[in-house]
Amino acid sequence: MKTVIEAEEISRNFGKVKALDNVTFSVNEGEIFGFIGPDGAGKTTLFRIVTTLLLPDSGTMKVLGFDSIKDFRELRKHIGYMPGRFSLYPDLSVEENLNFYATVFGTTVNENYSLIEAIYKHLEPFRKRLARDLSGGMKQKLALSCALIHRPRLLVLDEPTTGVDAVSRVEFWEILQGMKEHNITVLVSTPYMDEAMRCNRVALIQQGQILTIDTPDNIKSGFRGKLFKIKAPGKFKLINAVRDHHNTLSAYPFGDSVHATFFNDTVPEDFVNYLTMKGIENVQITESEAHIEDRFLELMNI
Amino acid sequence: MRTILFLIRKEFLQIFRNRFIGRAIFAIPLIQMLILVPAVTFEIKYVNLCIIDNDRSVESRELIGKLEGSPFFRVKYYTWSEEKANELIYNNKCSAIINIPSGFGKELGAGRPVKILARIDAINAMKGQLTWAYLSGVISSYNENIIAESLPVVQATMVPRISVTGRYWYNEMLNYKYYMLPGILVILVTAIGFMLAGLNLVREKEIGTIEQINVTPVKKSEFIISKMVPFFIIGLADLGFGLILGKIFFNIPFEGSLLLMFLGSAIFLVAVLGLGLFISTFSSTQQQFMFVAFFFIIVFVLMSGIFTPFESMPMWAQKFDLINPVAHLIRFNRMVMLKGSGIADVARELLLLCGIAVIFTTFAVRRYRKTA
Repeated sequence: MKTVIEAEEISRNFGKVKALDNVTFSVNEGEIFGFIGPDGAGKTTLFRIVTTLLLPDSGTMKVLGFDSIKDFRELRKHIGYMPGRFSLYPDLSVEENLNFYATVFGTTVNENYSLIEAIYKHLEPFRKRLARDLSGGMKQKLALSCALIHRPRLLVLDEPTTGVDAVSRVEFWEILQGMKEHNITVLVSTPYMDEAMRCNRVALIQQGQILTIDTPDNIKSGFRGKLFKIKAPGKFKLINAVRDHHNTLSAYPFGDSVHATFFNDTVPEDFVNYLTMKGIENVQITESEAHIEDRFLELMNI
Repeated sequence: MRTILFLIRKEFLQIFRNRFIGRAIFAIPLIQMLILVPAVTFEIKYVNLCIIDNDRSVESRELIGKLEGSPFFRVKYYTWSEEKANELIYNNKCSAIINIPSGFGKELGAGRPVKILARIDAINAMKGQLTWAYLSGVISSYNENIIAESLPVVQATMVPRISVTGRYWYNEMLNYKYYMLPGILVILVTAIGFMLAGLNLVREKEIGTIEQINVTPVKKSEFIISKMVPFFIIGLADLGFGLILGKIFFNIPFEGSLLLMFLGSAIFLVAVLGLGLFISTFSSTQQQFMFVAFFFIIVFVLMSGIFTPFESMPMWAQKFDLINPVAHLIRFNRMVMLKGSGIADVARELLLLCGIAVIFTTFAVRRYRKTA
């Protein structure tokens, strides 16, 4: 399998803040590689280095066989980048934006229409509309079309679904899944854990450091303890009570319930009584399979 | 090369899609020409006088008559009270007080020298000086009359005197508009070249599109050129428009070569476009850019010699003006339009403008390379 990105010990500081601290990873051809991490973890900085917009303080980055510092001009012809913030020309129409980016890359919309057809057909009815008047989901589709119009070999997407409705998010991920057919590698970041499951491999990143890189399933099964799902009315009271118990290792809100791990991987014997004493009734406790965020939170707490 | 054409096409599309800017590009020259040219003038039409005539003799009335006869003075107030006169000058009702002492006529009749007192409001120093000059002119001509009257005819004509015949060159009618218009044309071109291109680039930064451009193979120099060319063209178009307006509304003379006129503005435009883009590389918001650009424009315009004679500025200011493109172009325009100067006559201005253009543009491109 060919490697598309090879990053070795990349560091980048902004003043005293270590945005990236010795980051090493590699991405294989044709895969969807996800960076998962909270805001400020360093995802955008990393993507800006991959796309030649920013220089690392140290480390080497090879993208598509090009050195991202020395051969940046050649490399730029083969990367499609979609920044986190919508950054197409708001005062140009859908069609004009697309044509503009095609010509800037020395190609035409017709030449690569097959690649964007699936996405662009949703936009077709609005092609005369100015980009600023599009809805959030439409804007993302236009941005993706523009990022793909020169048939890049690597597509870099910085939080493409942030602020996009649930239906558009699903659609968007289906499109990304289809990129493999066109031999396009996808590098994507997201703060949403459910989207992580749709990647071939993910890297968990926090405070500029990669915690782990693996397939989503492997990351999930890396969860070491036994996880219990506790459900009761009054979640806030519940979570505080669970945390206060001396046998509790961790407890955090998860959807409509609380995920908790305990010392010895068992629920303490008098736990239900303990909660009743605290004024919490109708408690349901079940063992649960770990989700990717459980593993993420576990890794973060190390 | 093809890329630049596409970039430029995009700029024009955006400029004229912006309905406000698209219209302002033509409205601003119109308004500037029609308002500034007639309004900005240092011509002092007349001065209001207040007379305190303590003498009330034939002679004093004759002097007042002379003043009234001058188109420059309007004798608006007569009073016998010093206080009243002071109040009038305080209230800006008059700009000068003439005090004729009692005994003025009697002394004159007796052939003795007399004195009158003139107090002039000199808040506007130039107006004050001018008032004084006109006043002494009127009084000395009155004086000459008295001398002539008191001497025998033969003797009077025999007094040797130099008589001067003056002629005003290049602006025979002393039409102030002719002086201002070439300068206003420069301000016009400055507004387009300096502000719009820089603002346009900062806007791309603000909305993040510059990021998207930077990941494309577009070169920085191509990008800078694509920002300069549209406003270069618009600037020259506005110059042409301004000249036509000047001809229609003010019948401005145009002695020199039209081609030379455009050449000067073209070089000037490169200079201010470069400076504008240079400033834009430092600014991350349009607000920052506006603030800094405003500062430069005010300094350049006020020190350009558009209102005040260049030669009367202090030496250091004249030195500074070596890098002030506005100063060079204003002088250049006045020479070409009013004197009909040829390329050899304005070579100094052209060369200085070229130098400034090269310096500013180089700064802009280099700085842009480093930052983005």
